[in-house]
Amino acid sequence: MSKPKVAFYWCASCGGCEEAVIDLNEDLLTVADAVDIVFWPVALDFKKKDVEAMEDGSIAVSFINGAIRTSEQEEMVHLLRRKSGLVVAFGSCAHLGGIPGLANFHNKAEIFERVYKTVPTVTNPEGIYPQTETKVPEGTLTLPEFYDTVKTLDQTIDVDYYLPGCAPPPDLIMGAVQAILAGELPERGTVLAPDKALCDTCPLAEYKPEKLSMSQIKRPHEVLHDPKQCFLAEGIICLGPATRSGCGERCINAGMPCRGCFGPTREVKDLGAKALSSIASLIGIEEEEEMTEEELEKALDNIVDPAGLFFMYSLPSSVLRRRRIK
Amino acid sequence: MGTDSEPKVVAFCCNWCSYAGADAAGTARMKINPHFRIIRTMCSSRIDPELILEAFSKGAWGVLILGCHPGDCHYKNGNYKALRRVALLKRTLAQFGIEPERLRLDWVSANEGGRFAQLVNETIETVQKLGPLNLHQEVT
Ligand code: SF4
Ligand code: SF4
Ligand code: FES
Repeated sequence: MSKPKVAFYWCASCGGCEEAVIDLNEDLLTVADAVDIVFWPVALDFKKKDVEAMEDGSIAVSFINGAIRTSEQEEMVHLLRRKSGLVVAFGSCAHLGGIPGLANFHNKAEIFERVYKTVPTVTNPEGIYPQTETKVPEGTLTLPEFYDTVKTLDQTIDVDYYLPGCAPPPDLIMGAVQAILAGELPERGTVLAPDKALCDTCPLAEYKPEKLSMSQIKRPHEVLHDPKQCFLAEGIICLGPATRSGCGERCINAGMPCRGCFGPTREVKDLGAKALSSIASLIGIEEEEEMTEEELEKALDNIVDPAGLFFMYSLPSSVLRRRRIK
Repeated sequence: MGTDSEPKVVAFCCNWCSYAGADAAGTARMKINPHFRIIRTMCSSRIDPELILEAFSKGAWGVLILGCHPGDCHYKNGNYKALRRVALLKRTLAQFGIEPERLRLDWVSANEGGRFAQLVNETIETVQKLGPLNLHQEVT
């Protein structure tokens, strides 16, 4: 019997998801034994034309990481969708938009101006920007179109399953691979991680006071974190109440609050709005009846970039998706 | 919610005070600009920011949240939570390019029909000046 064919692909991402595959260590060898990797640009020398030559639906599963922000990525994921039985959105950027998705607070013109002109390490007085076509004596050079808006994978193609996280942890990756090989997959569209909030599994939850009140909001670098205290009780915003569990509490164990890379639980549509809601209700709750409007505004001044904080990993997948285009 | 040529305001009213206030305005046949829809909820604290964003994304030009006056909330302190959520959400909306004035939170008691009418009229007037939001137009 021939082995199931597997493809890995990357779009707008940092490369960390590729690293996560390598981090499977010995398990990667088990996987490599059980499947036939037919496409993996970061590690193997297959080309787009090799994929085009495959029969439609012949790849058992494509793991695609990264958000979609260029025409090339769009074209490649449509091609992989056609060739694959299953598509798994791998990691926060494919799942939610991730860090590249924060570009949705800007647009192409602003990003180009910053990156190719005003950034201190660039000198570009003539304002020369990348073009999709450039004529040179030898012919025409082309580059992909760069879009104003970053999209999630499922805003671009149909997605069967999601592996959350920046990056997805090895146990969840292996669990997904085994479920696929055994044909024991849950309902289509499922996020392959526990459907619980991070606070339900967090080791700091036991130190969470019964009556939480955030009298003053502080940023992580302003507090010497007590490893036996919930971040919220220290006045540090943690998105654990609104974020899906399953990461192994990586940030928490490293002394940092959660920033929501696992996305929301099933019942929640918009992680950012939910997190904002739970944090706002905790601010000054102790003395809420006496709090004046000025005091409230002053307390909120300590949240320097609320949109960037609450939507750090999930902007393209949120209800609003991007900054308004006027 | 119809075409985008007319203003649309979603008015969330809590069951115990502000919805009764809206009723009072109706019974007294007060003149109210018709470009609003009421959604009744048990308490102003039920209006999660998620619902507010959803209203905007589905075509609302403005969102008005009405609850009981401070100290009068049927659930004791739901309106204080609503107040803090709206204050933080307004700042966030500004970063999304959505004018914070499109979101308004205020208090209306059961016998304040006139106040209800005035708040609705003012909110519609405000968003009429701002125009439609036009979110999610096909982006490139
Ligand atoms: S708020 Fe953060 S630190 Fe506190 S229990 Fe939840 S995940 Fe843990
Ligand atoms: S703690 Fe939060 S941000 Fe950190 S890995 Fe877990 S889900 Fe992601
Ligand atoms: S019941 Fe009216 S605001 Fe809570």
